Amino acid sequence: MPGSPSEPYDLVVIGAGPAGLAGAATAARLGLSVAVLDAAAQVGGQYFRHPAPGLGAARPQAVHHNWAAFTGLRRRFAASGATYLAGHHVWTVTREDEAAWSVHALAGEDGGTGTGGGTRTDGSRAATGSGTGGGGTAAGRGGHEDGRAVGADRDRGGSDADADREGRTGSDADGECEGSTGAGTDGEREGRTGAGTDGEREGRTGAGIAGFRERPVRLRCRAVLLATGASERQLPFPGWTLPGVVGAGGAQAMLKSGLVLPGRRIVVAGSGPLLLAVASSLAAAGARVPAVAEASGYLGYARRPRALAANPRKLLEAAVHGTALLRHRIPLHTRSAVTRVHGTDRVEAVTLSRLDRDWRPVSGTGRRIACDALAVGHGLAPQTELATGLGCATRRTPDGTHALVLDGLQETSVPGLWAAGETGGTGGWELARVEGELAGIAVAARLRARPALTRGRRVRDLAGRRDRMRAFAHAMAAAHAPGPGWTAWLDDDTDVCRCEEVTAGSIREAVTALGARDSRTVKLFTRAGMGWCQGRMCGAAVACLAASGTARGTVPDAAERRPLAVPVPLGSLAAGPEEPGDG
Amino acid sequence: MSNDTSDVIVVGAGVVGAACAYYAARDGLSVTVVDRGPVAGGTTGAGEGNLLVSDKEPGPELELALLSTRLWRELARELPAPIEYEAKGGLVVASDAPALAALRKFAAAQAGAGVTAGEIPADRLHDVEPHLSPGLGGGFRYPQDAQVQPALAAAHLLRASGARVRTGEEVTAVLTGANGRVRGVRTAAGELYAPSVVNAAGTWGGEVARLAGGHLPVLPRRGFVLVTEPLPRVVRHKVYAADYVADVASGSAALQTSAVVEGTPAGPVLIGASRERVGYDRTLSVEVLRRLAAQATALFPVLAGVRAMRTYAGFRPYLPDHLPAIGPDPRVPGLLHACGHEGAGIGLAPATGLALARLLAGAEPPLDLGPFGPGRFAPAG
Repeated sequence: MPGSPSEPYDLVVIGAGPAGLAGAATAARLGLSVAVLDAAAQVGGQYFRHPAPGLGAARPQAVHHNWAAFTGLRRRFAASGATYLAGHHVWTVTREDEAAWSVHALAGEDGGTGTGGGTRTDGSRAATGSGTGGGGTAAGRGGHEDGRAVGADRDRGGSDADADREGRTGSDADGECEGSTGAGTDGEREGRTGAGTDGEREGRTGAGIAGFRERPVRLRCRAVLLATGASERQLPFPGWTLPGVVGAGGAQAMLKSGLVLPGRRIVVAGSGPLLLAVASSLAAAGARVPAVAEASGYLGYARRPRALAANPRKLLEAAVHGTALLRHRIPLHTRSAVTRVHGTDRVEAVTLSRLDRDWRPVSGTGRRIACDALAVGHGLAPQTELATGLGCATRRTPDGTHALVLDGLQETSVPGLWAAGETGGTGGWELARVEGELAGIAVAARLRARPALTRGRRVRDLAGRRDRMRAFAHAMAAAHAPGPGWTAWLDDDTDVCRCEEVTAGSIREAVTALGARDSRTVKLFTRAGMGWCQGRMCGAAVACLAASGTARGTVPDAAERRPLAVPVPLGSLAAGPEEPGDG
Repeated sequence: MSNDTSDVIVVGAGVVGAACAYYAARDGLSVTVVDRGPVAGGTTGAGEGNLLVSDKEPGPELELALLSTRLWRELARELPAPIEYEAKGGLVVASDAPALAALRKFAAAQAGAGVTAGEIPADRLHDVEPHLSPGLGGGFRYPQDAQVQPALAAAHLLRASGARVRTGEEVTAVLTGANGRVRGVRTAAGELYAPSVVNAAGTWGGEVARLAGGHLPVLPRRGFVLVTEPLPRVVRHKVYAADYVADVASGSAALQTSAVVEGTPAGPVLIGASRERVGYDRTLSVEVLRRLAAQATALFPVLAGVRAMRTYAGFRPYLPDHLPAIGPDPRVPGLLHACGHEGAGIGLAPATGLALARLLAGAEPPLDLGPFGPGRFAPAG
């Protein structure tokens, strides 16, 4: 059987969002043996996150404008014969030799095997349920956990990490900027972590100490497709750790999977087209949205008319959300940001301030808006740690994230490793699906020595669509790039790294007094980024603060390396399969 | 003195360069520190911060370590900011009675050189380390072993030195005068002048020596460290298995692992130590992690359910006889070396810095530097 040491899979796909599903289905249809690993209990990734069947939510399409596209994709995947491994958390990928890779994962209790995302997935969800008191409930609460992420209480030990991660991974929008995939590395762990009560959380943490049951799994393969998606980027501000502050993507994820609102009166803030989608979804679900604050202006788009004209559908989506905002009488404030959250135990109000061109708050413009929740996000950052661990080249996107450098057929700078979707730069679910298909064809062409496959009309068509959508993504990233002045809204006592409670003041001191100029050195001096989330939450902010002491201004340094993409119990590591030929 | 001129230029802003700068400045010299990366960006930042005497047999390295142990104690008091100095002591454990007998012999020899070690019989091991695996043969406790947070230690030494620090500036040439004497270095940003240049470039010290026309065969010896989630104090000492000593002393290029387990003030437990010579390859080795995890959980079964949060690789500066190069280059007047400390650079830094400062001042070094003479690697012919 493929996957055994003697017979590797042709292709292992990491992530079962639109990119991964399209890539796997395409490659399998072209005759490759394919396995798809995903951390979640069901396919769809972040964008097509949907309630577990046990929830009884009859119409997931109510929050998905593109539901039909997803069900079509899911059907093609199911029919393709690809093996689907749910609940598999990939922690690293290693190269064995010129033509073979090993994908190392932990299969949680929610891990299951199936074919093409079919029935076996349900079976695995049921298994999850037995651990946490009802599969559907667990997933539903998982969604709730997501949404609470940004404001999550940091004293919860183990589960906190997952909560933090969830908050960031959220993502997606019905707009242009969805974090479509996400799965794979540290995406949806709600199958295990979603348990809502503190008691259950304690239980899980305790189980961790006593030996949490996670099975180490190694899949061998001849090619890897990274479809690990993106995570939501956060920039800190005074009060951002108060309960009631949630990730914008997390809020969306709550709606999609749990159908829960983070509050009744929710301010939406940050930057990126996701905000409009989130605001209109929240309003449609019954929340009051007293303000949407977008830190950029929208003029950035006008500077790239060609990219706009080539993507009429994106304009249409924006118009749909704009209309929804009007219908719900939601005021949109551009060049504005929430610069402070007020409240003692949870969010009671926010201060909205005007920003100058550099995102520096204009003094005297602050005004208080009462609310009981804040959904905030500053775009999405590609999840590239599995790739950077293998030495894949990255590029800096116009909005300051790091994305993989890919060739015309989606191959990374490391031969044999392909990537599709957000890993190559945030661009949305349609782009992810197109890139996944391209990658699937390219892998088949390489492994079966059929170069003609890549010269066909289909590939030309896909590549053209990809290039058009990439151009739009580029324009979008440029329009929403954080200005260097955002750090002016931090107090010295604002926690930047929540896990280790490292304040902006101590990071500034590491920069000015100890000479730190990059986030790794700040981390060594202050522990910022050493905690549970491994800098996924604070990385962008720390990099900006570190770079503020240099001539480069606030240009963040290179993509971060995280050789362990998810935490691995030492017992699982110790029991891991021996690498043949090593040592 | 102008901005580009000083009494001494130190190449390398790791802990050894920082200690050289600190003691040289204390002797009244003006110091410029240059590094192509950030402060503590090389091996220092990848280290665990061990200040060990327990793993060293009697000889010159142990003398250097004992002097350093005393100096670190002073520094922990003198430096204005905390460097997480912890005199927690080391515990070397033996798997069975014969291994304990070997440890006993080793400790007896060390005692003659000034190392304090106390035997812990098997039935008392758990008083010292409650979570140790049952069934071990006993161990030896070394109260002189200690720990600092290496990056902070380097940064605060540098800051306290008052040296001009130029990070992100790679030295591309060592400048020499007509008489062959060193007169400074060239970097991408320009020329810096000083009558003395100290090569504290650690694992990259061979390249700096070569730039100056010298020769030092420094090679990288890779090590991985596993870092766990934060825990309450489950590991009190620096605990390692007796076979670690043999691994340190080995010159083999092949992979060796022996668990070295210790807690930190911040909570995570650090797990080393692997050794292999594979060049500057940072790629994660699952086999190394598997062995480290297996050995650590064999010592402390409670760790089996604890998560490793991250791992990182570092490159120890390895010289063929496992001793650092400390002292003047035999061929290039004005060039001094202070590199090649392998896995002991944090521990050996202060004594190295003090010795270098004495040499720069034309004074007697605090210990015999003969065994560390860089000339011992002079190529034949």
